Amino acid sequence: MSVTPDLECRGINKSFGQFQAVNDVSFSIPAGSFFSILGPSGCGKTSLLRMLAGFSEPDSGEILIKGKSVKGIPPNKRPVNMVFQHLALFPMMNVGDNIAYGLKRRKVSAQEQQRRVADVLERIGLPGIEKKSIDQLSGGQKQRVAIARCLILEPALLLLDEPLGALDLKLREQMKIELKTLQQTFGTTFVYITHDQSEAMVMSDQVAVMNHGRFEQVGSPQTLYYQPETPFVAGFVGNNNRLSGQVIKTAKDFIQVSTESGHIFHTSSSSILETNTAVEMFLRPEAIHIDRDSDKSWQNTMKGRIDNILFDGGNSQLLVRDTASPTQMTVALPQTGKYQKLRQGEIIKLGWNAEQSIAFKAG
Amino acid sequence: MIPSIPQSQAFKKTYSVYVGLFFLFLLAPLIVVAVFSLNDSLFPSLPWEGFTLDWYFEDSKERRGLFHDRAIVDSIGTSLVIAVCVAVMSISVAVSNALLFERYHFRGKSVLYSLMLLPLVIPGVILGISILSFSSGIANNLEDNYGMDLELLRPGFLLIVLGQFAFISTMATLVISARLRKFDIQLEEAALNLGASRFDVFRTITLPWLKPAIMGSAIVAFLMSFENFNTTLILAGSDSPLTITLFDRMREGSTPVLNAVSTLLMLGSGALALFSLFVQRKKEQ
Amino acid sequence: MLKLTGKNLSFYLLLMPLLLTLGLLIVLPQLDMLGVSLRERISYGEYKFSFLHYTEFFTEPLYWNTFLRTAVMSIMATLLTLLIAFPIAWYIAKVAQGKNKKLLFLACLIPFWVSELVRTYGWMILLRESGIISGFLQWSGLSSGPVELLYNDITVMTGLIYASMLFMVVPLVSTLEGMDDSLVEAAYDLGASTFTVIRSIILPYAMPGVISGCIVVFMLTLGNYLTPTLLGGKHSLWFTEQIFTQFITRFNWEQGAAFGVLLLTLSSLLVWTGLKLSGQSFKQAVAS
Repeated sequence: MSVTPDLECRGINKSFGQFQAVNDVSFSIPAGSFFSILGPSGCGKTSLLRMLAGFSEPDSGEILIKGKSVKGIPPNKRPVNMVFQHLALFPMMNVGDNIAYGLKRRKVSAQEQQRRVADVLERIGLPGIEKKSIDQLSGGQKQRVAIARCLILEPALLLLDEPLGALDLKLREQMKIELKTLQQTFGTTFVYITHDQSEAMVMSDQVAVMNHGRFEQVGSPQTLYYQPETPFVAGFVGNNNRLSGQVIKTAKDFIQVSTESGHIFHTSSSSILETNTAVEMFLRPEAIHIDRDSDKSWQNTMKGRIDNILFDGGNSQLLVRDTASPTQMTVALPQTGKYQKLRQGEIIKLGWNAEQSIAFKAG
Repeated sequence: MIPSIPQSQAFKKTYSVYVGLFFLFLLAPLIVVAVFSLNDSLFPSLPWEGFTLDWYFEDSKERRGLFHDRAIVDSIGTSLVIAVCVAVMSISVAVSNALLFERYHFRGKSVLYSLMLLPLVIPGVILGISILSFSSGIANNLEDNYGMDLELLRPGFLLIVLGQFAFISTMATLVISARLRKFDIQLEEAALNLGASRFDVFRTITLPWLKPAIMGSAIVAFLMSFENFNTTLILAGSDSPLTITLFDRMREGSTPVLNAVSTLLMLGSGALALFSLFVQRKKEQ
Repeated sequence: MLKLTGKNLSFYLLLMPLLLTLGLLIVLPQLDMLGVSLRERISYGEYKFSFLHYTEFFTEPLYWNTFLRTAVMSIMATLLTLLIAFPIAWYIAKVAQGKNKKLLFLACLIPFWVSELVRTYGWMILLRESGIISGFLQWSGLSSGPVELLYNDITVMTGLIYASMLFMVVPLVSTLEGMDDSLVEAAYDLGASTFTVIRSIILPYAMPGVISGCIVVFMLTLGNYLTPTLLGGKHSLWFTEQIFTQFITRFNWEQGAAFGVLLLTLSSLLVWTGLKLSGQSFKQAVAS
């Protein structure tokens, strides 16, 4: 890319005592994109974000913002603003003073402050609430004010530290869309960290999946979903059935795996695998077809008894127990009406093709 | 028992009577003091001779109201100055202590914290004599060896202030620490992140957060100082504060002037109490 | 923690006032007091190390009688205060509702806002020979002549309990308010009697408040000077009076300091025992 990226990290390391929180992380984010760092708690994503904000310095490696190293620059001098996990809106100030806080520190004239606060409130869709106190705002309004407080300073990067975590489910769904829209209208580069894969998938242009201080894979949400590069990514992004087994045959497009449950399945693989390699196979519940009358042919089939029907509207699932082994599979239950008559205890046939599952070398 | 558990009427009545008697016990001495400051008699006792404000405002040989009693007015002044000094010093040190204990981790922190709590459990008289003996030791030493006569280190204003400050600052530290503990450190980080300098952060974020606790404990510190007796008794010199003057008068025998002074004290504390309640209510809003 | 330049500087700047305060007003004076108590004056400005003032304490019955009396009465006052305060605290925390509850709690705080001296003076006016109660008894014909109610142990005890009430009620109320009513309801529901509920649910729950209340009340009572002096008169025999007499009246600082050390030892010992018995830490009990 010819344009300087908004953020570039080169070989960042950070340890706390014996614990290595961030391990040799390198990436770059093009200007104007929505970048998420997704990982379980304790994976090092917060440590990474705090280094970007300047609250701690990396042990080694370099952080470049708009092409300039920010080594040794304290947080109050960095062109980076942050939306905190609990938003950190100042409770002793009203909305207007909260948003103007950064401008005041820059000694912007009072008139100019007023104008720009009014302007940014307009843009986030909350015009005229300057005089309201913070606890008069709803959860979603607080979110937007916290973001406006940062965006008014026109930062190179906006860091967001799981700001949706405290919201209830409905509001969270709504805020995901709003955040994405805000990012697009302001055009600022967002770096968003979260442990919630759905947040990352819905909003981001690029997602980095982080585990044990390392980036496992960086890619678009589609890539992560369809072409996971590591078992961790396959397991963490979306739901998956996980089957262990051994490679018994390799072919050009797929391999054959004999599973511990005694089946032989055709599957694609992440890399070229030798026969006899122990593997783990991942199969998405939504990739499995339910066949009641076995008129279609699949590369892989399995017969099972319905243990349980977990009805949850559009996310309904079946728990199906293999008739020949104790293996239990989760199968998505499409609500097209076709499967309304399924009953607990019924024996059904499951089918899927080789390219819908992926095998990784185990261990 | 809690209201949701059924109780016999007799039990409820007995309980209410007990609570009523308790509050009578609590308030009786105070009411008596106030009422008899208005009795038109030379002694604060029955019988009731009629209503008068003489014991506040009169200025005659036989009846000298408190506002014309030089010694009392002077000692009120002394007490005020001492209380203001103690409050200001206690709050300053308390804010510093709170920041130190809540924000830093260092070796010996726990020991220092326990030491800091110690003045709360050392009886006031002992605190007084230990400070008196220590400062007199220094003063004697200076006088014997260098011929300096440091009046400051003898019983009097400075020692009273220091003696009271020693335990009042602990109280203030506890109150302000408790408030600081509830402070979300992210607020400071957010301010830094928005470009504030460290001094700005303290001035615009931390201090406003602590303000209710600072106001509250300043009022309590003022009052504790004004009313302190045990430590002050040991450390007082010739210009004695109000409590000591009153105590001396009480031992000589009581006159309604003492009731009047006491009533004035109660009114003053009451006003401060209301004010601090007002401050607290603002904090809650 | 923020890592910024000058962090160490600000740490030392914050540490200084604390160290100065503790050093100059607490640690050194207390050590000095110990030192003074362990010396014997030979002539002007000349001292030698000696236990004289401690042996004096143990050989003079007046001294250790006063000491014991102070300790026993302080413990009694603490327990009586607890006994009287608990139902009140319960009433404020659980029975009273809304405005009433606030009002009662504030009323409990009044003795704190009013000087100890004024409170004691109020009792003097009530109880002395020419006082209100005596006057009332004569007027109502219950007594033929003036009754002196001051200068006896019961009066001193009443005064001590009165002076400490607030410090017992407040921690009890705040602990009890934290207790979920449904605990009591659940215990009843499971078939417990009132007595069992108090013993097995409420008391264990309130223990932290009880302990911190007792410790504070005990310390305050032990160190009280005004109440025994004014309500008990010349023969009240309170140990702080002895200290005061030695220090101020007799100017025998060495003896006074020894008494001070003894009183401090006694109080530390009793508080320590109380904490050990209840398994609480000093910090928890004092700082709450």
